[in-house]
Amino acid sequence: MDYDTLKIIWWLMIGLYMVGFVLTVGFDLGIAMLLPFLGRGDAERRTILSTVMGTWEGNQVWLVTLGGILFAVWPLVYASLFSGPYLAIMLLLFSLLLRPAGFDFRDKLKSPAWRKFWDWALFAGGFLPALLLGVVMGNLLLGLPFRFNESLRMTYTGAFWDLLHPFALLCGTITVALLVLHGANFLQCRTLGPIALRARQAASISAFVAVGAMGLVALSLFGIEGHRIVDSPDPATAFSPLEKTVEVIGAGWLRNFLIHPWMLIAPAVAVTGTLMAGAFARQFIPGLAFWVSGAAMAATLLTEAFALFPFLLPSSLDPGSGLTVWDAVSSPFTLKLVLALTLIFLPIVITYTGWVYRVLWGPVTGSTIENH
Amino acid sequence: MGFDDTVVNLSRLQFAITALYHFLFVPLTLGLSFIMAIMESVYVMTGREIYREMTRFWGKLFGINYALGVTTGLPLEFQFGTNWAYYSHYVGDVFGPILAAEGLIAFFLESTFVGLFFLGWNRLSQLQHLIVTWLLAVGGSLSALWILIANAWMQYPVGAEFNFDTLRMELASFPEVFFNPVAQVKFVHTVAAGYTTGAMFVLGVSAWYLLKGRHLAMARRSFAIAASFGLASALSVIVLGDESGYSAGETQKVKLAAIEAAWETEEPPAGFALFGFPDQAARTTHYEIKIPYVLGLIATRSVDEEVLGIEDLEKHARERIHSGLIAYRALEDLRRDRDDAGARATLAAHQADLGYALLLKRYREDVLNASEAEIERAVRASIPHVAPLFWTFRGMVAAGFLMLFIFAAAFYYCARRVADRKRWLLKLAFYGMPLPWLASELGWFVAEYGRQPWTISGVLPTFLSASNVKSGDVWLSLSAFIGFYSVLLVVEMFLMVKLIRQGPAEGQPVQA
Repeated sequence: MDYDTLKIIWWLMIGLYMVGFVLTVGFDLGIAMLLPFLGRGDAERRTILSTVMGTWEGNQVWLVTLGGILFAVWPLVYASLFSGPYLAIMLLLFSLLLRPAGFDFRDKLKSPAWRKFWDWALFAGGFLPALLLGVVMGNLLLGLPFRFNESLRMTYTGAFWDLLHPFALLCGTITVALLVLHGANFLQCRTLGPIALRARQAASISAFVAVGAMGLVALSLFGIEGHRIVDSPDPATAFSPLEKTVEVIGAGWLRNFLIHPWMLIAPAVAVTGTLMAGAFARQFIPGLAFWVSGAAMAATLLTEAFALFPFLLPSSLDPGSGLTVWDAVSSPFTLKLVLALTLIFLPIVITYTGWVYRVLWGPVTGSTIENH
Repeated sequence: MGFDDTVVNLSRLQFAITALYHFLFVPLTLGLSFIMAIMESVYVMTGREIYREMTRFWGKLFGINYALGVTTGLPLEFQFGTNWAYYSHYVGDVFGPILAAEGLIAFFLESTFVGLFFLGWNRLSQLQHLIVTWLLAVGGSLSALWILIANAWMQYPVGAEFNFDTLRMELASFPEVFFNPVAQVKFVHTVAAGYTTGAMFVLGVSAWYLLKGRHLAMARRSFAIAASFGLASALSVIVLGDESGYSAGETQKVKLAAIEAAWETEEPPAGFALFGFPDQAARTTHYEIKIPYVLGLIATRSVDEEVLGIEDLEKHARERIHSGLIAYRALEDLRRDRDDAGARATLAAHQADLGYALLLKRYREDVLNASEAEIERAVRASIPHVAPLFWTFRGMVAAGFLMLFIFAAAFYYCARRVADRKRWLLKLAFYGMPLPWLASELGWFVAEYGRQPWTISGVLPTFLSASNVKSGDVWLSLSAFIGFYSVLLVVEMFLMVKLIRQGPAEGQPVQA
């Protein structure tokens, strides 16, 4: 297989891992955000938590594996994205730790103050990662202020507050709303009575918020500069990111959609999928709503990936240092190895995960809670 | 200069502290999951309820611990990116796939079935549930296998080559990385240490119940299972630890010499320094007590091969720095002219020593102009500090033998069915509970501190591996880790003690 083909395959595969992550961890985060609002009183909150109690640990591995895959396939992206906006990534990391701690500790003591504390810790553990992931996505479109020296050491000149650009916060709103929608749909699948009704309402509100924010983001993109490769070595060879020339163009991230109109399928699915997920939730078809909200999240990711292509991590400081699908990537040998691992083991993982879900499936009721 | 010493040291401290916290939870998880699987197997084979209750009781303690192992593990993976960005770029091609494999092959298995272990008791058949428990235990050990393969590659990098087009190390042979001899001995040594930790925990808690006269039926059976599983594990740790010594003699001569405070190469067979005060400046060990032959036997499996001392190893480092400089010069030539065939050939011949030239970056950016004095400083710095290694290693070994004694005594008296009457043994088992953690943390220190000044032995120096971040930012994250993890640890200990005091099957008396 050619190196350039492999590079493209891995661009798609990373997308696949990200979709796996948002589909699974996504509804856990959404449910954590909804916990204090949809659950009135301890019994209801325990019911809500019970819907994910048996599976959140397995879901969380999507995050761990996504990290490992990113490290293996795009080591420069892994290194630059995590070390540049250091404090933001650390905040993201700490917020991700609140959820496991909350799941583990909340029900171990009976004190209402203890439980209330962990309810809000769980809320923060859902809300902050959802928001920060969106803020990071937004900042990819704005470009991050980094450059490499000739031995590929990176310098980053931005500060934490620079990341909280209104545009990035708008992107954060999309991720928060989409994950709430997805979580609410899952919750409606697995609960009965008042919780399911409140989840239904949360789903339709968040669908509208998400679509509104998507529209604003699309409009903002007309005012944001994008990057374009003018000259670079053959994508079928190995080269360092410094060997290409990049120009900056106005409204540049919309360019790919003009050249390849079929790419507009992605944003179209994102918007209609979000609206339909809200509508199906309203019609009491939560199973369908869940899969449609999953498709909408996947399409949202793909929309951003299409907009940036072939860039992964554009640099606002030195456009030539921006990382692309062609130059941020591992050796052909490593790409093939990790591809083989994925093709063998991911289907196995999905099969046994599916079995575990099937065993644990069913509406959570009072008697189910007593079992853990 | 391309690096900031404060950032490097703070990042090292942060990684060390987060790893040490993580390592409080992981060995217990490894051991407890196996003990649970053994107990449940007995339940399925004999059909006796009490073994099911035992599995569930120890499972509860396992659960609290497991979640914290996962929580503290997450930042370890991400710190490679946040704090060791240059490392991630330089070796991601080799190191990344191992972490990816760990997630895909092992961690998914363990984490997917852990939920089913707790919630599946009434939803699965006996046999199905037993399989789930075994998959959980096997998944944990497989995880350890991959992580130790990754770590062993840092100790003894094999199967990789430098690529000058991309300025990084690239994977050349995956089987070589997988079957790295250091990885194999490290895996068995560490996993057996985890089993020992689980066994010591169960033994100690059961001893406490026996001393208090509570939950006797469960405690007696748990004590017996822990004693036999623990004896086997502790023996494995020691035998495989010795194997590790042999492997270090072959592959990590500097670490071995530092552990031993072997300043000069002795006439074979070398003696093992039992005690002494190593003095790095004077290059001697005060008040040394040596056992003849033992080191030679451990490190070379012979009486006539040499164990190299620090002075000879420094001579070796000096040669490699000079050879590395030749590689570095060839690299500069290639930067000017990619098609310089002579430079390519020179680089190929000397690339194995390129890392040694990088050691000089601490003293000057243009390493090709390094003076003899600077080369000498780099040579001296290529040997880790001896005293901390000398002491932590001996602490680890002492803790290991003490545990072996406790398990052996427990096993002997269990076999004679009088263990619960030997109060001294029960007390020893209870007060011995911190020993496996002490040994694990010391062992981790020996392995990682003994690798200095390298992140990847002979390939990439630690001071070059760090990210270009602000020291104030790392101070902030470091304090946050210490604060957050300490709270988690206190809460976990509190909950563990509470559950232990409560005992198994709250409200329902266990039938003997």
